[in-house]
Amino acid sequence: MLILNTLPQVVKIKKIVQENEQVKTFVLDLSLGAKPGQFVMVWLPRLDEKPFSVAMDNGVELHLAIAAVGPFSNALHALKEGDQVGVRGPFGTEFACEKGQRLLFLAGGYGAAPLYYFAHKASAMGCQVEFVVGARRKDLLLYTERAEQLKNVHVHVATNDGSAGFEGFNTVLMEKVVEDAEAEGKPVDCIYTCGPEIMMLKAAQLAERKNIAAQISVERYMKCGFGVCGNCCVDGLGVPSCVSGPVMPLEKVLQLKDFGKYHRDHLGKKQYFNF
Amino acid sequence: MADLSVEFCGVHFQNPIVLASGVLGVTADSMAQVVRNGAGGVTSKSLWPYEHKGHPNPTIITSEHWMLNAVGIPDAGPEKAREELARYREVCDAPFIANIVGGQMEDYVAIAKEVALMKPDLVEINISCPNVEDELGKPMACSIAKSSEVTRLVKEALAEAGAPHLPVVVKLSPNVENIVSIASSVLEAGADGITAINTVGPGMAINIETAQPILANRVGGLSGPAIKPLAVKYVYDIYRAKKCPIIGTGGVLTGRDAIEMMMAGATLVGVGTAVWARGQEVFGLIVNEMNEWCDANGVKKLSDLIGKAHPKN
Ligand SMILES: Cc1cc2nc3c(=O)[nH]c(=O)nc-3n(C[C@H](O)[C@H](O)[C@H](O)COP(=O)(O)OP(=O)(O)OC[C@H]3O[C@@H](n4cnc5c(N)ncnc54)[C@H](O)[C@@H]3O)c2cc1C
Ligand SMILES: Cc1cc2nc3c(=O)[nH]c(=O)nc-3n(C[C@H](O)[C@H](O)[C@H](O)COP(=O)(O)O)c2cc1C
Ligand code: FES
Repeated sequence: MLILNTLPQVVKIKKIVQENEQVKTFVLDLSLGAKPGQFVMVWLPRLDEKPFSVAMDNGVELHLAIAAVGPFSNALHALKEGDQVGVRGPFGTEFACEKGQRLLFLAGGYGAAPLYYFAHKASAMGCQVEFVVGARRKDLLLYTERAEQLKNVHVHVATNDGSAGFEGFNTVLMEKVVEDAEAEGKPVDCIYTCGPEIMMLKAAQLAERKNIAAQISVERYMKCGFGVCGNCCVDGLGVPSCVSGPVMPLEKVLQLKDFGKYHRDHLGKKQYFNF
Repeated sequence: MADLSVEFCGVHFQNPIVLASGVLGVTADSMAQVVRNGAGGVTSKSLWPYEHKGHPNPTIITSEHWMLNAVGIPDAGPEKAREELARYREVCDAPFIANIVGGQMEDYVAIAKEVALMKPDLVEINISCPNVEDELGKPMACSIAKSSEVTRLVKEALAEAGAPHLPVVVKLSPNVENIVSIASSVLEAGADGITAINTVGPGMAINIETAQPILANRVGGLSGPAIKPLAVKYVYDIYRAKKCPIIGTGGVLTGRDAIEMMMAGATLVGVGTAVWARGQEVFGLIVNEMNEWCDANGVKKLSDLIGKAHPKN
């Protein structure tokens, strides 16, 4: 879809929920008709504007789960209920599934929020969702309690220190869940992942090995959000990830030269992942 | 099917539609994709001789008829440019125009020398970006002396670096008193052609709820359909006076717009902002529309249309 008017709308923050020590959910007083997987640009006048995935758009409110990691997200975290922010969008592609499918979600960090929104939709479509979430420790888990309340959504928790659920990486737990589903005779139809690139790389490799479809949220440094500046273009395909992504099917992701290797900074310079 | 190819300063283009500088021009693969989508050639984002930071976001905003941008020409410097141009050559055959910029005269010399070694097909000197005004920007775009000096220096630098025959075009600003006199002076200083025009203004958009300018830089260059009549007029004026090779740029969205630009005197037609209005596929769409128009109007060779709007003496 082409977007002609990209001027930000200024709205009030209706509510702020502290989810854990890093992440707050901002509830904004508007709906943009955003689909799970899509993102919006959030603007603070005279400071900056950055992309954030939609954690819920229920037709009345827009939810964003924002981790405080630097100057802009810290400034957002300093805002109070009733303060104003600018938003424009929605931009990008969405996660998609078919009725009655069995799905596996792999989430890390704030990636749990957009996948929670998608779980909401998938659950309503009669899908069975295996929601694998990981965090360094129990108190950094995000949106797990909310996800557990959804019908046919099973939350599988992994923590690095073993303070909750499986002890170790969620990617190891993911393999186990996929294999259990196979053993049950109802294998996973599609894997969905959003979060750190190393985690998504593991999900892509598993999907390829097991010949399972996958949809991956490829996040690159975004400026305009609508396919003009070129900063977010992915190598291999050369397409802007803000328009042809962030959600891309596995076949596309496998053609990317940068996936799992590097991303580009605000100058377009390659920054290699060191994992 | 009409022959859509054109010769520009001795370089062959399969069709006259070229990606304008600054749009989808950060990486080789992105520019190659623009060619796969139908463009006859590409222009890099402006290249600096050193790392150069852009402005904070928002940097690009649009309304129905225009775009304002103050990206601030971020660039990672020559090492990245070298790598990307080498990669572009691996994956794409279409001509590559290296657009260069600097904060001072010496910068243009330095980047010209770097670029000469990268072997682009053409060099475009950006003397006209309205959103880096604090640097050389406006003072140079408006000065006959400075714009001809930079042209001469770049030509000399290219020759010194072993590329004396690399064609040079100078990209002009519309925000000047007399664009034809600037064009004349840079051509006399050795430019092989002209690109007209860069963005207009700068302009400003204010959000009324917060009473704040939206762009972080407050002001930004205006582009898109709103500026097309200006671009057509300037191309027309320059062609009438100089009959030189021109890259006509500004507000082209459709095949009809591109033909209009060629009739005004353009040999190549730059397309930037249209990506916002019609998506990444816009290049092929415009080329198809030009072809259809030629077929419908009995035009066999598109290049016959160059300067057609001018009276025959
Ligand atoms: C499609 C998409 C969806 C996102 N969704 C969320 C979300 O739901 N919740 C959330 O907390 N964060 C999300 N992010 C990341 C978020 O945009 C950045 O982490 C944030 O802007 C950091 O800005 P800062 O000034 O606080 O920190 P900085 O110190 O400027 O940056 C910290 C790190 O964040 C990343 N980053 C910074 N700016 C950008 C940018 N413009 N585009 C992409 N990455 C950037 C970089 O990796 C950088 O190293 C998303 C990013 C993208 C591309
Ligand atoms: C987002 C954006 C970035 C631009 N960056 C540059 C640049 O780096 N160097 C340059 O010479 N022109 C730059 N321009 C100007 C364009 O190349 C072009 O001259 C102008 O936008 C008019 O054409 P258009 O209406 O087709 O976009 C930029 C324009 C836009 C919209
Ligand atoms: S963020 Fe500008 S092209 Fe994607």
